[in-house]
Amino acid sequence: MISVYHYMSVAAILFAMGTYGVLTRRNAIVIFMCIELMLNSVNLTFIALSRHLQSMDGQIFVFFVMTVAAAEAAVGLALMITFYRNRDSIDVDDMNLLKL
Amino acid sequence: MENLVQIALQNVNMAAILPSLILTCFGMGLLLINVFLPRGTTRQAVWISMIGLVVTGFFVFTGWGNPQYGFNDAVALDNYAAFFNIIFLFAAGLTILMSDDYLHREGYPVSEYYPLILFTTAGAMWMASGTDMMTIFLGLEVMSISLYVLAGFFRGQVRSNEAGLKYFLLGAFSTGFLLYGMALIYGVTGSTKLTEIGIYLNGHASLLENPMTLAGLVLLSIGFLFKIAAAPFHMWTPDVYEGAPTPIAAFMSAGPKAAAFAAFLRIMEYCFFSLKPEWTAMLWVLAVLTMVIGNVIAISQTNIKRMLAYSSIAHAGYALVGMVAANEIGYSGLLFYMLAYTFMNIGAFAILVLAGKKGEDNLTLEGFSGFGFKRPFLGVAMTIFLFSLMGLPPSAGFSGKFFIFAGAVEAGYIWLAVIGVLNSAVSLYYYLRVMVYMYFRDPVEDYAWVSLPAAAVISIVIALIGVLYLGIIPGDVMELAKLAIF
Repeated sequence: MISVYHYMSVAAILFAMGTYGVLTRRNAIVIFMCIELMLNSVNLTFIALSRHLQSMDGQIFVFFVMTVAAAEAAVGLALMITFYRNRDSIDVDDMNLLKL
Repeated sequence: MENLVQIALQNVNMAAILPSLILTCFGMGLLLINVFLPRGTTRQAVWISMIGLVVTGFFVFTGWGNPQYGFNDAVALDNYAAFFNIIFLFAAGLTILMSDDYLHREGYPVSEYYPLILFTTAGAMWMASGTDMMTIFLGLEVMSISLYVLAGFFRGQVRSNEAGLKYFLLGAFSTGFLLYGMALIYGVTGSTKLTEIGIYLNGHASLLENPMTLAGLVLLSIGFLFKIAAAPFHMWTPDVYEGAPTPIAAFMSAGPKAAAFAAFLRIMEYCFFSLKPEWTAMLWVLAVLTMVIGNVIAISQTNIKRMLAYSSIAHAGYALVGMVAANEIGYSGLLFYMLAYTFMNIGAFAILVLAGKKGEDNLTLEGFSGFGFKRPFLGVAMTIFLFSLMGLPPSAGFSGKFFIFAGAVEAGYIWLAVIGVLNSAVSLYYYLRVMVYMYFRDPVEDYAWVSLPAAAVISIVIALIGVLYLGIIPGDVMELAKLAIF
C-alpha cells in the first residue's frame, strides 16, 4: 500500500536532487531545470498532502505554482538569451564581471 | 452550483485589494498607451505612473483605520498593510522621479520600465496584505518577476544582464525553499490561512516539537531571509545592486525589502507565535551575523554602489533586531525604520544617479573627490543622507535605530542592542570616508556633466524632507506605526 509518506519521501528526494543540481551545475539552463525540479517536488508534496488531508487548498496552490513557474520560465529564458548574445555563453562561471 | 457562486461572490471584497488593483490598472493601461507613443518618449509614462501612485496613495490614506478583509480572509487591508503600502508608494515614486533622465542618458528610453515598477509595487502590496500563504506567494512572485526584468533592463550591457540572471537564478532557488516550507506547514496544519495555522499550532502542543513543523519554519524563513538579504543569504545583493540600473538598485533596497519584512513578520506573528522563543533565538544569531558581515565587508569597498549594497545588508540586520525584540516598540520601530530607510537610501542612490556619467554609473570613492564643493546642493544632500545612514541625530536613521534598540533593551536583549550600537560605530568609518573624499580631497574633475533635472531634484528634496521630518519629529509617525502593528 502506497501511503502519503511514500509520496512525501519521493518529493523530498526530488527536492534534494534539485538543490544539489543547483549548487553543482555550471550551465544556467541546467540550473534552471533543477529549480523547476524543486518546484515540481513541492507540487507533488502539495498534491499528496491535499489528498491525505481531504482539503482542496493544496491543489489550488499547485495551480498557482505552475502558473508562476511558467511566467518565471519566460522571464528567465529571456534573461539567458540576452546574456548569451553579449557573452556567447550561459555558463555561470562566465558571470564574473561583478566581483570584489 | 448557483449557490456556490453566490457564496464565492459574497466573500469577494474589492476594497481589500483596492490600492494594488488601481496600480495594476494603471500599469496595464500604461502598457497599452505605450504602444501608440513614438519610440523614445517616456515623459508621458512618468506622468501617468506618478498619477497612478498618487491616486493609490489617496486611497491608502483614506482607508487608514478602516480595515478591509476579503477573498475568504486571504487578503487583509489593515493598518499594517496600509503603513507598508505607503512605504512602497514612496519608494516607487522616488525611483520613478529619478529614473527618467537616467534612462535617456544611458540610452534606454524605454517606457515599459514604468509599468514594471508599478507591477512590482502592486506585488509588494499583496505581500503586505496577504493573510493566506497563496496570496503572499503570488505577491512575492509578481514582485520578483518584475524585478528580474528591471535588474536586467539594460539589455546591451553585460553587467546588467549578469545582474538580472544572477538575481533570477538565486531568486527562483529561494522561492523553491519558501514553497517547500509552505507545503510542509500546510501538511502539518491542513490550512494555508495564516490565522488558522496559528490557532491550530497553538492548540496542538505536540506539533511544536514535530520535525516537519520546524523544517517548514526554517525553509519558510530561508525564503524570506533571502529576499531581505540577511546573512548568510546575502551573497547576491552586492552583485545585483552593482550591475542593475542604479535607480532599480535603490528601489530594490527599499520597496521589495520592506515587502519581504512585511510578509515575514506577519507570518511569524500570525502562524508561529507559539514558537516565538525558537524563532527569536534563530533571528538573534542571524541579526548579529547580518550586521557584522554587512558592516565589515562595506569597509573594504571602493565602489560606492557596492558599499551601499553592503550597507543595505547591515541595515537589514538592524531591522531584524526589531523582529527579535518582538514587542510593541520593536515591531513599530521596524515599520518606522523601513520608512526612514526608504528615504535615506533612495536619496543616497539618487545622488549617485546624478553624479554618474553615461555607462559609468559605478562611482568609486576617487570619483567623488571634491564633489561637495563643485556641486554644493548634491554634496549637502549626500551628507545628510549619509548622516542618516550612520544614525546620527537629528535624522531619520537615528530615530529608527533608537526605537529598534530601545525595543531590544526592553525585551531584555541588552547584548543585542550593544552589538547593534557597536556596528553603527563601525559603519561611521565607511560613510565618513565618502564625506572625506567629497570635502577634503582636491577635485580631479569639474563635474561638468552633472545636470540637475527637475524630477530628480524633486525626488531628492522629498527624500530630504522625509529624512529630516522623521528625524526631528519622529513622534507622529511612530504613533501611526504603533497603531499599525498587530
